[in-house]
Amino acid sequence: MGEKFEPKIIGFLCRWCAYAGADLAGTSRMEYPPNVYTIRVNCTGRIDPTFVIKSLAQGADGVLIAGCHPGDCHYMEGNYMMLKRYTLLSRLLEQFGIEKERVRLEWISASEGEKFAKTVHEMTEKIRQLGPLNWNTGKKEGR
Amino acid sequence: MGKLKLGFYWAASCGGCEISVLEIGEKVLDVMAVADIVFWPAAVDFKFSDVEKMEDKSIDVCFFNGAIRNREDEHVAKLLRAKSKVMIAFGSCAVDGCIPGLGNATTVKDIFTRAYHETPSTINPEKVEPQPKYSIPEGELELPELRENVSTLDEVVDVDYYVPGCPPVGEQVWNAIQAIVSGKLPPKGSVVGASDRALCHECERKRLGNKFKTIYRPYEIVPDQEQCLLEQGVICMGPATRGGCGALCPKANMPCWGCYGPSPNIEDQGAKMLSALASNLDSTDEEEIKEALGKVIDPLGKFYKFTLTKSILGRVRK
Ligand code: SF4
Ligand code: SF4
Repeated sequence: MGEKFEPKIIGFLCRWCAYAGADLAGTSRMEYPPNVYTIRVNCTGRIDPTFVIKSLAQGADGVLIAGCHPGDCHYMEGNYMMLKRYTLLSRLLEQFGIEKERVRLEWISASEGEKFAKTVHEMTEKIRQLGPLNWNTGKKEGR
Repeated sequence: MGKLKLGFYWAASCGGCEISVLEIGEKVLDVMAVADIVFWPAAVDFKFSDVEKMEDKSIDVCFFNGAIRNREDEHVAKLLRAKSKVMIAFGSCAVDGCIPGLGNATTVKDIFTRAYHETPSTINPEKVEPQPKYSIPEGELELPELRENVSTLDEVVDVDYYVPGCPPVGEQVWNAIQAIVSGKLPPKGSVVGASDRALCHECERKRLGNKFKTIYRPYEIVPDQEQCLLEQGVICMGPATRGGCGALCPKANMPCWGCYGPSPNIEDQGAKMLSALASNLDSTDEEEIKEALGKVIDPLGKFYKFTLTKSILGRVRK
């Protein structure tokens, strides 16, 4: 497994900040691993914890949620909604045996292309160490 | 047309669903007028061998309660499926896994360790554990083995209808029976004897649009009798739970535990409730949020009390 394992990370990025930040990282030709599969959402407040759970259950090794810095939400409070859900969700996922580092919440503004690249880099490496999650094959095992 | 032939069975269950059938009270006589009970281990003395001898599809309707925990549960589910025209998952255990389904929060090995070696009331110096087979001079004794995972009924056999609830309330049991007896059954796969909206729609408590600052466990607060419990910081599962019970618990000033399972169009009751709870917290301060939500001591147990088995993740990682 070792070197061959390429983490599959689903990235839910808010269109006003993190998505624009990712765009900037791209247009500025910053190098970062190609492991994040991006889904653009209008606001992190729109991200139902079900989306995160479903991603993990259907084969993702990690989920990155990134949105505007506190106080900067285009819709006033969406990112605080996400922060509250995330606070509970990451504890819940730990109970399910899913390491905290697999699901990460980051505030990334439209001008922080570098932070986006760094986050993706760190996350990919961390998950590479943790190994595949393999949830989609795990559930029915041994039934 | 002859009388309807009904079967009842309990797999991994507490017996509450059996009682809920009797909760229809004297209407049970109306049922008896049009139906015969051909199998009901909790109430009438039948043996598995009696069922084995029946012709396939000779039971008209089978009410199956309980989750599939051990090999016997699975075997009887398959047997009854073969013998029944209509198979009903009756009650939360059969529908969603319910409390027995919380076995999926651990492993069989850990359950044995805890139950036979670790509990404060256990004295077991010889480290005896139950064996699936045991020989005595009179012959071999057998115990059904625990399955590695707990399953819902529809994970092991084809299910025609679902009656949720822990247990289903008497009135809804009657509604379900009437639907069956009259032959006016909805399309296969439907939920019978419950509402098609969330519990909050039938709850009479007032929603003032308030948010809470902290979470109270039920014993820590005497909630206002009229206002929505969730708005007062009591974890009420109403927003993520299917209605149909008549909001029994909120009526008694207690929060809903979620026993009717996920409300329609919700895939994962736990994730939905986690979201509803977090969104109702009135704070934008990270530390404050951590502290307030830290009062949910066991998120998995709280949000998936009835539906861990049927949830998207289904069990904890081994
Ligand atoms: S959350 Fe509970 S108390 Fe509030 S309206 Fe819904 S069911 Fe009623
Ligand atoms: S209020 Fe909730 S826990 Fe109480 S009976 Fe109804 S669905 Fe079940």
